[in-house]
Amino acid sequence: MKALKTHTGTLMPLDRANIDTDAIIPKQFLKRIEKSGYGKFLFFDWRFNEDGIENAEFILNREPYRNATVLLTRDNFGCGSSREHAPWAIEDYGFRVILASSFADIFYNNCFKNGILPIQLPKEQIEELFSKVSAQPEYTLTVDLESQEIRDSNGMTKHFEVDDYRKHMLLEGMDEISATIRHEKQIDAFEQQHRLYYSLQ
Amino acid sequence: MGKTLYEKIWDRHVVAQQPEQPDILYIDLHLVHEVTSPQAFDGLRQAGRNVRRPDRTLATMDHSIPTLNRDQPFEDEIAQKQVEALRKNCEDFGIKLFDLFHKQQGIVHIIAPELGLTQPGQTIVCGDSHTATHGAFGTLAFGIGTSEVEHVLATQTLKQSKSKTMAIEFQGQLPTGTSAKDLILALIGRYGHDFATGYTIEYRGEAIRKLSMEERMTVCNMSIEIGARAGMIAPDETTFAYLLGKSYVPEGEQWEQAQAEWKELFSDEDAAFDKVVEFDCGRVEPQVTWGTNPGMVVSVNGQVPALEDLSMEQKKIAESALAYMGLEPGVRIKDIEIDTVFIGSCTNGRIEDLREAAAVVDGYRIKGGIRALVVPGSQAVKAQAESENLDRIFKDAGFEWREAGCSMCLGMNPDIAKPGERVASTSNRNFEGRQGRQSRSHLVSPAMAAAAAITGRFTDVRDWPLRTGEGVTG
Repeated sequence: MKALKTHTGTLMPLDRANIDTDAIIPKQFLKRIEKSGYGKFLFFDWRFNEDGIENAEFILNREPYRNATVLLTRDNFGCGSSREHAPWAIEDYGFRVILASSFADIFYNNCFKNGILPIQLPKEQIEELFSKVSAQPEYTLTVDLESQEIRDSNGMTKHFEVDDYRKHMLLEGMDEISATIRHEKQIDAFEQQHRLYYSLQ
Repeated sequence: MGKTLYEKIWDRHVVAQQPEQPDILYIDLHLVHEVTSPQAFDGLRQAGRNVRRPDRTLATMDHSIPTLNRDQPFEDEIAQKQVEALRKNCEDFGIKLFDLFHKQQGIVHIIAPELGLTQPGQTIVCGDSHTATHGAFGTLAFGIGTSEVEHVLATQTLKQSKSKTMAIEFQGQLPTGTSAKDLILALIGRYGHDFATGYTIEYRGEAIRKLSMEERMTVCNMSIEIGARAGMIAPDETTFAYLLGKSYVPEGEQWEQAQAEWKELFSDEDAAFDKVVEFDCGRVEPQVTWGTNPGMVVSVNGQVPALEDLSMEQKKIAESALAYMGLEPGVRIKDIEIDTVFIGSCTNGRIEDLREAAAVVDGYRIKGGIRALVVPGSQAVKAQAESENLDRIFKDAGFEWREAGCSMCLGMNPDIAKPGERVASTSNRNFEGRQGRQSRSHLVSPAMAAAAAITGRFTDVRDWPLRTGEGVTG
């Protein structure tokens, strides 16, 4: 997994609450068996009209946001389906950081496994960032995971919370499976004493 | 201090605890389907890893498969490839697969309970957010992403941090003519779509005790729609009666032993929850969603919100939802006309759901111009329904009777609602585009969906004149 220590990029405001993973990537793209190449399907129904032509109204299709790498949004981002295709699409498009007032649990968890940092900030701070980007459309943020801070070029600094384990995972680009396999003996021992009442074989 | 049901199950599954890290939690049953697993199996191959416990892993096909003409190649080549990938992966790694023509094939959350694989006290995961369904048996069951699917395949464990706990105390009884679906929709409507984010819910109270296992599954199934990754109900005599005699449930002495163990699975009286919520069931009416998330819901006798009553923030959200839904503020729910009816899904695709819908349909014909599908949740549900002649009731009324799968709940297969089509659906999500691009979903119970198919609009099923056994007359 890609590590993330610091990141600087253009902020794209997506002013909407409750953006679900069906909207992030619609179902028809979940039939692919590959893990890459989902960026072109990100926000598909909003980004493209029914004839397949870009929807000029959608913010991702407007400058300076085509190459934005920091996403600003509102409450309950990533709700609904557990599809990891959602973070795959976000990461593949080029976003590395998401700022929102809240995230859905499964999506939040999936982000950390894919080199994306989801940052939860209080509502007022999210509102403040929406105001800033509205006043200055080409607004750049720097995110420093080590110090848990976001900064802009005007001297703004904000602290954010992230649990130590996930922070470590992202800073190191850690392979979680390898780490767990180191506990194989404990898993063996657990299975010896753990009783289940079904057998599939 | 005592423990909650959640804590009891958690503690019995901790493999290792390390400072500053999530616990390593053992997974008793891993359910796999075609959509969220191919990349996980590829990951195993790339790393040269094996599936640790194929005997604790069960695979089926449900999400992207057609519900018609299964003997022919899929219309959709990409879906066909995905299904073939699952076949190959199960073969390569020695995993039991209920393939397309297997008599146990069906939606993953329907088949595990009906086979008796879902048992109290277990930890169950699946790459699907509706995994909480299994919580109805007093299991800790939750949805995971594909990275975690790979983690479970490789290690039979997950790294997990405990969630907060929430007790939802249902008070009073669910009124006659309302269903478990109405109960859970009313709850989500009361508290909102993300109310329980970060929590595991335990549903409690008299109304829950009186629900059948299938009704409890409907309630737990929609836990994610109120934001909770998992929802659970302590097992009781209803649970044990349901389990006894199921294919994978032990018999004799083992059954006695299992039951004794399962009887310990309840929250102690002095256990503390992080949050306790009380909800009065006594006034629940049949529910219909009007917007684009399951929390946007009212009684069938209600109306779409008038925007002036809402806060600025809520107003903006409602406006956008109503624009998508093609509805005017303040319109009566009973005046909304529908085009399509879908009865099925892991929420409402079990035999009791089909019986409930068939009782309403019996003796009637669907309104002209309406497309109506019944998609049983599993082949076993389908066979049972056919043995009770429910298929005849549906077909005589003009419904299409399909093979088992997820179907129009998420429209990954050819069962898609067209742009602008308005669907009365027994499924779990009314998100934009969920059942097809620009389609409009209204979530309801099976009985409400059946009534809507006949009248062409939302109808209070409590006033429905049953014509049981009278034959089709109108």
